[in-house]
Amino acid sequence: MQPSLPRPQLLTPWIAVCAALAAPGAVGALVAQEAPEPRVVALGGSITETVFALGAEGLLVGVDQSSVFPEAARALPDVGYFRTLGAEGVLSLRPDLVLALEGSGPPAVLDQLRSAGVDVVTVPADEHPRAAIDKVRRVAAALGRAAEGEELAARIAVDLDRLAARDAEVGGGPRALFVWGRGGATLQVSGRGTAADAMLRLVGAVNAVDGFEGYKPLTPEAVVAARPDVLVVDAELLERLGGVEGLAADPALGATPAVRNGRVVPVEILGFIGFGPRTAETALRLRSALHDPRPSP
Amino acid sequence: MKAVLPVLGAALVAVCLVSLGTGAVPIPPGRIVAILADRIGLDGVGAFEPYEAVTLTLVRAPRVVLGVLVGAALGVAGAALQGLFRNPLADPGLIGVSSGAALAALGVTLAGAGTLVGLAGPAALALGAFAGGLAAVVVVYRIATVDGETSMATMLLAGIAVNAVAAAATGLFVFGSDDQELRDFLFWTLGGLGGVTWPSIAAGAPLLLLGVVPAFFLARPLNALLLGSAEARHLGVDVDGVKRAVVTISAVTVGTAVALAGIIGFVGLVTPHVVRMVAGPDHRIVLPGAALLGAVLLVAADLASRTVVAPAELPVGVVTALVGGPFFLWLVVRDRRRGRLAGASSS
Repeated sequence: MQPSLPRPQLLTPWIAVCAALAAPGAVGALVAQEAPEPRVVALGGSITETVFALGAEGLLVGVDQSSVFPEAARALPDVGYFRTLGAEGVLSLRPDLVLALEGSGPPAVLDQLRSAGVDVVTVPADEHPRAAIDKVRRVAAALGRAAEGEELAARIAVDLDRLAARDAEVGGGPRALFVWGRGGATLQVSGRGTAADAMLRLVGAVNAVDGFEGYKPLTPEAVVAARPDVLVVDAELLERLGGVEGLAADPALGATPAVRNGRVVPVEILGFIGFGPRTAETALRLRSALHDPRPSP
Repeated sequence: MKAVLPVLGAALVAVCLVSLGTGAVPIPPGRIVAILADRIGLDGVGAFEPYEAVTLTLVRAPRVVLGVLVGAALGVAGAALQGLFRNPLADPGLIGVSSGAALAALGVTLAGAGTLVGLAGPAALALGAFAGGLAAVVVVYRIATVDGETSMATMLLAGIAVNAVAAAATGLFVFGSDDQELRDFLFWTLGGLGGVTWPSIAAGAPLLLLGVVPAFFLARPLNALLLGSAEARHLGVDVDGVKRAVVTISAVTVGTAVALAGIIGFVGLVTPHVVRMVAGPDHRIVLPGAALLGAVLLVAADLASRTVVAPAELPVGVVTALVGGPFFLWLVVRDRRRGRLAGASSS
């Protein structure tokens, strides 16, 4: 590669002259030429989490409202919910790269970002645990950290394989009900085809409500009829409802085998159904909690 | 009080300039001039960054233009409906035009308008919203009008019923929808000017103008209608023709406005009131005045919605309702003290 060597040397003074002529911020421009650290906006909680897991959080200049983990993400400028963005808010953070979870938008806003010269990379939002592996690889590639990405993806894959192997041994598991909200006496639960359903399957549980698709409200009577052996509850919600004692005071929930036997497992919701870097470890923890017949002290 | 129109015109120019110059991305006035000069082919006026140019010409400018168009459309629709019904509560939102339009637009969206190519999507949406708005206003008007006289109480009750049915149908959609669709509902019910592009404005603007411009020719007949249907007929006004025109105009303007920007409450209700309070009930002033004031209000509300929580945004309907709701309450309380409801019928 000898012949190509002199070219950068010739170019450097030329760039310096151009930069000096262009604007008062010439020094800044020169620095930018030498160290092209991209300014990154992450849209979608699992994307932000992945950026942190790859150790690239220093590049982040903004995140969306759903980016609640880790704690440090909450301190970054918030551009609003990732499905209802405004172009100018994102542009005001001067990003070079926007990492967008599939479904980010509206699409017209992403187009506006692209026409402002921002590199918009969309990452698929498939709702099954193995999607976490692909997500990590894509985010890592966009950040130029493919090696770190491969390492993290391999760790997740090993954990998921371990889970799959265990379930082959165990067979039919407990009936589990995932609860993510409560309005009045009605619980918000997850039916077939949801991210939570996929996670329950992964850990060898049977979804206690499989009569419908999607996330739906469940009446108190239907909660009793579902006969869950285990309740998997959004941790923040469980706290709001007054812990296991609070659940026991609810006439419908109190009548379920899960609450009677004190088998209530709190989960951090983004780790549970976000399908990001914590998917496998969340699943492993959930699995041991589900298959342990006694409540942990 | 003819001075009210020039004053409103000047206010509109001012609020548009402020809105163009303000936002999450700071663009100094000198650079705005440079960008605009560059767009019309003048080089060397000044330096600017490419992202500043995009922000101004592809993000902010379409919002301002849409704010002007939609605000004017809602103001005119409100003024024309209040004139036709001869009562001050005839707001497109209160009598169900907006929710009918939004429900139809929602139906079109769920039926897959998003997959249509190019302008077909926005056009299908606008047509659907127009049909929904028209259906709602026809139902309400038919129910409330007996022998050419429109009962205010019946009209409001019918409007409440239409709104309730639309809300129930929306709730039914919500029951069976995912996160993305839920966010779409938020747009339809609280409105927003974000994400608008020049092509979607190009699709909607002709329809909006088709509704707004003919409305100005209805000023004299609407003035005659202030005296009552029978009196207007004696004055040689084609009362039924005027009614059909107003109903069609409000459905076209509100339907298209909803298709482009969702439901934006209170602009159509409040603007004709304010103009009447200042300039009296003459529709030659009220119609264009409500159009100008509606544009001013919506551009200002959008400015607030995109700067207050920057870099995030508030739905613009939240801002207009926060300002319009208390104002309307004040109006009601003031008129209760006077023992009457102010508006077209009282003058």
